Order: sequence, then C-alpha cells, then structure tokens
Amino acid sequence: MGEEQKIKGNVHSQLVEIFNEYKGEKGAVISILQKAQDKLGYLSQEVISEIAKFSRMSETEVFGVASFYAQFRFTRCGDHVIRVCLGTACHVRGGERILDEVKRELGIEPGGTTENYKFSLERIACFGCCALAPVMVVDKNVHTKMNLSKVRDVMKRYQGGKGE
Amino acid sequence: MAKENKISDKKYVVRVCLGTGCISGGSLNVYEALKRNGESSGLKNVIIDFTGCHGFCQRGPIVDIEPGGIFYSEVKEEDVTDIVQQHLKKGKFVDRLFYRHPSTGETIPCSRDIPFYSRQQRIILRNCGHINPENIGDYLAVGGYESLKKVLSEMTPEQVISEISSSVLRGRGGAGFVTGLKWEFCHREPGKEKYIICNADEGDPGAFMDRSILEADPHSVLEGMVIGAYAIGANQGYIYCRAEYPLALERLRIALRQMEEHGLLGNDILGSGFNFHIKIKEGAGAFVCGEETALIASIEGKRGMPRTRPPFPAISGLWGKPTIINNVKTLASVPVIIAKGSNWYSGIGTEKSKGTVVFALTGKIANSGLVEVPMGIELRELIYEIGGGISGGRKFKAAQTGGPSGGCLPASMLNLSIDYESLTAAGSIMGSGGMIVMDEDTCMVDIARYFLIFTQAESCGKCVPCRVGTRQMLIILERITKGDGVPGDVELLERLANTVKLGSLCGLGQTAPNPVLTTIRYFRSEYEEHINNKRCPALVCKELISFYILPEKCKGCGICFKNCPVGAISGGKKLIHVIDHEKCIKCGTCLDVCPKRFSAVVKVSGEKIKVPERPIPVGK
Repeated sequence: MGEEQKIKGNVHSQLVEIFNEYKGEKGAVISILQKAQDKLGYLSQEVISEIAKFSRMSETEVFGVASFYAQFRFTRCGDHVIRVCLGTACHVRGGERILDEVKRELGIEPGGTTENYKFSLERIACFGCCALAPVMVVDKNVHTKMNLSKVRDVMKRYQGGKGE
Repeated sequence: MAKENKISDKKYVVRVCLGTGCISGGSLNVYEALKRNGESSGLKNVIIDFTGCHGFCQRGPIVDIEPGGIFYSEVKEEDVTDIVQQHLKKGKFVDRLFYRHPSTGETIPCSRDIPFYSRQQRIILRNCGHINPENIGDYLAVGGYESLKKVLSEMTPEQVISEISSSVLRGRGGAGFVTGLKWEFCHREPGKEKYIICNADEGDPGAFMDRSILEADPHSVLEGMVIGAYAIGANQGYIYCRAEYPLALERLRIALRQMEEHGLLGNDILGSGFNFHIKIKEGAGAFVCGEETALIASIEGKRGMPRTRPPFPAISGLWGKPTIINNVKTLASVPVIIAKGSNWYSGIGTEKSKGTVVFALTGKIANSGLVEVPMGIELRELIYEIGGGISGGRKFKAAQTGGPSGGCLPASMLNLSIDYESLTAAGSIMGSGGMIVMDEDTCMVDIARYFLIFTQAESCGKCVPCRVGTRQMLIILERITKGDGVPGDVELLERLANTVKLGSLCGLGQTAPNPVLTTIRYFRSEYEEHINNKRCPALVCKELISFYILPEKCKGCGICFKNCPVGAISGGKKLIHVIDHEKCIKCGTCLDVCPKRFSAVVKVSGEKIKVPERPIPVGK
C-alpha cells in the first residue's frame, strides 16, 4: 500500500510540469500522452490514470485514445530500439528479409522486447531515405543499403560483450 | 541584419545538403568537416552553409558550390580536404566528385545540366536545396513573403480566392479537389471562428515529398498558410505533422519563431490588422488521420476516426467550426501563384490538371529522389529520362502510384499521361506523390499482399467492410503467396474488393482494394501461376522458392557453409555442398555470398534440381 502510494506520488510529480503546460487547452490529451511517453519511456497504468484525472476523462477513454495510435507504448521497451523500415521502396529492395533476420537473431516479433530488456523491435513504414533502401535504424543511427551479413555485424556491435 | 550574410561580397558559397536522405548517408560529417577544414585553412570570403533536400537522394551526400552551380555528389568526409584545397583555395574543380552520366560516362559539373534536374520544372520545390531552411533571411532574399505583403496590402479575401480559383490549383494531397472552391465554401460561412490546417501527416509508405519540403523550405508552406487564412478568415491555424519527422518539426518551429520576430505571424501582421496564429500538432502514428475528418478528430484529442460527410469540414470542421485542410504542397504553391499570376500557373499542365506534381521516385530506379514535373508528362519520360531507367539493367515491370490507395501501372502504360484523370482511368490514383518503380524481380501478388498488410492494420475499424474485408482479402493473398491458393480465389478477391470499396465511409477503405484490383487487372497471369502451378515467377514468395547448389559449379570453397545462419548447408573442404531443405529458412544468404566466379547457388520456383543427397568430393 505504502509502496503503491509512493509510485503514484512519484508519477504525479514527474507529470506536473507537463500538466502545467497544457492547463486549460482543449483537446490536448494526445500531446500530453506524447510528452509523458517522451519523459517516462512508456505509458504505465499509473501514468494513464494521472492523465485521465487531469484531463477529466475516464481511464478507459484515455487508454482508448492512446491505443489507437501506433506511437504509444504500454510496456517498458529495451535499451536499444531497432526499427526496420518496410516502406514500399525498402520492401521491393528486400526489407522483409532484413526484418526476418533481425527477428531470428533476437527471437522476438515486431512490437516485442527481449527478456533482458536489451532490444525492442519495431517495423516502420518509411523512414524517408528510400534511395538508400533497405534501411534499418537502431536508436538514432541509420544503417543503409542493408544485407543479411550487415545485419549480423550491426547486431553484434550492439550486443556488446553478450555471448559473441 | 548584421548577421545576415551578403552573398555578393563572398567568393564562394558552399551548401551541404542536410535533408534526411543525405544525413543518413553521412552529410552531417561532411558539413562539420568543411567548417573545420575551412577554418583551419584560413579560408576567407567563403560561406559554408546547409540546405534541405536537393532531391537527388541517390547521389547523396550532395555539396553544391556557387558561383557556377557546381554539383558534387556522393561526397565523403575524406573528400573535404580536396574541396577546400583545390576548389575553394585554387579555384580548381574536383572532377572525380562530378556526376557521371550512367550510360555515356560523361562527367557533368553543374546540376542544371544533369538530366535528372534539367527535365524537371520546379515550382513547389523552387527553393529546396537552394536556401538555408533555418534562416528566414535566405527566404526573404528570394522574394519570400512578398506575396503575403501583396495580399495583405492590395487584395481582398475575395480577390485572393478568385485568383487561386482561376489558377485551377487542385489539392495535392491526392483527391485533387479545386483549392479555390474549397476556400470559397469556407469563406462564405458566417461566424468569426474558423480554422486552417496544414496536413503534413504524410503516411504513405515510400513517400517523403511533404517531409522534404518542410525540411528544405518551411517558409513557403507557412506563407501559403497565412494567405489561405486571410482568404477564408481564420485566425488560428494548425500544422498536423507526423511525430516521426523530427527534423521537419524542428525546422517548422524555428520558422514559426522567425516569422513572429519579423511580424509575419501573430497580431496585426505587417500592420494590416490581420491576426493569425499557428500551433503544431504532432501526429501520433495513424495512417487514417490523413483523412480530413479523422485528422480533425485527432486534433480534438480523440481517436482518429473519420465521420460521414456532409457536412464537409469547410462548413463544420474543427470544434464544429468552418475549417480548411490543405496539403503541404498545395500551400507551397500558393505564394508562387500570387506572385506570378493565375494565368501563368494555369498555362502549365493539361486541360484539367494544372501546374506541377511532385513525386518521390523510388524502388528499382537508377535515380531515386524527389522530382517535380508538369502535369501531363508521360510516365516513360519520368522513369527513363529523369529517373534514369531501371537500376542494374533489369526490365521495367510496373510503377506504383498513390501508395496503399493507388495501383500498379504495367509496361503497356508507359505512354500514360500523368494527370488526375488519366491515372484514375487506369485504376490508380495520383495520390500524394509516391511513385515506386518495380522490376521483374518484384512479385505483384506479394506487392498486393504488402499493401494489404498495411491497410488492414491501419483500418480504424469503424466500417465493417473495411475492417473485416481487408483482413479477409489479406488472408486470401497470404494463402496464395504460400502456395495454398485455390481456383476461384481471384474472383473472390475481386468480389470482396468491390464490397470494401462500396461499403466504406472514408478514402482508406474506398481505395484500399486498389493495389489488389490493379495487380489482378494487369498481372492476372501471376496470380494464376501462384494458384495453379504453385510457382512465383519473380522468385519472391518464400514458400514457393528453393535454393540449390549446382554440383557442376560448386568448388567446395565453404563460404556458403560458413555463412548459413541456420546450419542448413553440409559440406567440407573440396566437397560439393548440399542444402538441407528441411532446415533452410530461405534467407538467401548462400546466394548472396557464393563468389560470382562460381555462381553455384540458384533460386528456383516450381522445379526440382537434381543434386547429390550428401556432400561428395568436387569433380566426381
């Protein structure tokens, strides 16, 4: 009980600044969710509950809005986020092979996170550097003109001391 | 003013492209190195600056040097010393960085002489790659905000609308509704509270036109937006831009700040008494929000679901007030039309489709990039003259326009005129400007499946035919690509497609079947091959292909054996290698790594090749 109160208090204090920014603005709930996720990494149930209170909406409504949009995450994501581009240009140049290889290396599906919270995998539709397709993005680094052996090299680099 | 660079006193202006494409290719390092190197070599009278996207992404990173419009392509950090020491110090060009014509081999020093550029007509992209997008001074120097001044000081809102109407500018978001007419509807509505929204929620996979424009020339879009607001009588505007476009968002924020500093935004703009404010809303990742009413719902903080029209947003939109939603490219066209006149604009293009169109030309094309051409240009010219033809000397198979809402145009339609009407008649749509070129290695059934994966995931779920229909269509397409298709599947797909089209409220559902319908219409035999012969002619569909190592060609070098990620290849030194088809995941690594001089690995569909069961010595 005490622990739970602490978490709630903690979440609230982290969100106060964001709430102040949007006080009195109508329709701001998506912007608030975005800022909250930016700050906290993902939207936990406590966060949703605080935002619901502030926005005078029910938790269900807030979750309904959040779950509609692809940007929002409800579980903790890995230290590194791997985004494999499957825009049309990447698709025709073999993006799916790249995704398959990452899936195989990590043993997770897009949207998933490895058990050790080291990697999360996402598939995105167009990163906008189609001339360099196929492309994958790890955190903020863009890896271009990918092939399977380049995927393995990149993965090794991020896996660091683990295993290989 | 002191900080603004006067180009005339300077000897050279070096501009590095810092668009998303070039940055991904390493142009930030080139830019930093140029600055460092320029400083340490004591360069005077040289400005090192940056621009947004030049469009020729294929050849990035791009460095452009004035005077002369010298165009260096594929520049790496290592090349910077030569650019500084040779070009900027001695006035000697670095020839090896010039563009080389792929077929004639001739080197071309200036961008205006490169066919990729020389055949374009850049109106919307007029400033892209020529000005620093983070410096309003650059935009003002090329006549920026002159149209806004003219509008506010000399024209009534009615005159602005009439000018835009007579130019016959049509919405560049895809549907092609006449912009002036839309403005007029909104203008006529009573009430003081009206809104204008710039739709920058570019969601088509394989399309990056709007993003490039916002990154390269945000002010022309914003100028168009203020003019539009004045015309319809709005005092508040929104830019709805994808959160996935951080650079575009950053440059928009800088531009908005600079506008305020220059009195171009806020209260009493340029002393005219007209007030206008702009807020940025970041889209949170929902393709359907490109649809007007869904976008409005999203700005209101709701799930982005479309509603029935009428009433159209021009009558009842954001918060129930009259609202205009215009695409980035539409708004960027507005200042030019005001400056040069509607007669000039309507002189470009075809009878019904005026002006120019921007395409993100990608896929299996030699020159990927951003191009702008007059309406009515032939598909062939776009692909072969500007795009440089198919990469790797392969054969053209199809061009896909309109993203997930569009269709695939086959080789027999290469002489098609690119305009709203012709593309619709061909079963595709103009769309927002993605054009993906496909060659003989692209499977058309797989492409239909690919787009359906996208649309069925993005369907908001409101209309049953869209939500359930696209899902069912995807299941059928998956079964066909896996070799489990049954006779009658194509007819079933067609029937479902028509139901989804008829039974959906918004553009997403009404157009989602287009990729399926056009591939059936133009490439029916490919569907039949998959269904009847369990063969994928393009060798794409995983379940229908197999890899073999040809015993007469394998030299037992062991490279494929070492690289196979799942240990499906058996063999040893000087032994002919054999693939275990039970273990093989068909990733194609063996084919990629087998040395070209051996070319022992083959990919086939619908046939079995006789190979030894287990490794045998080479030469036996």
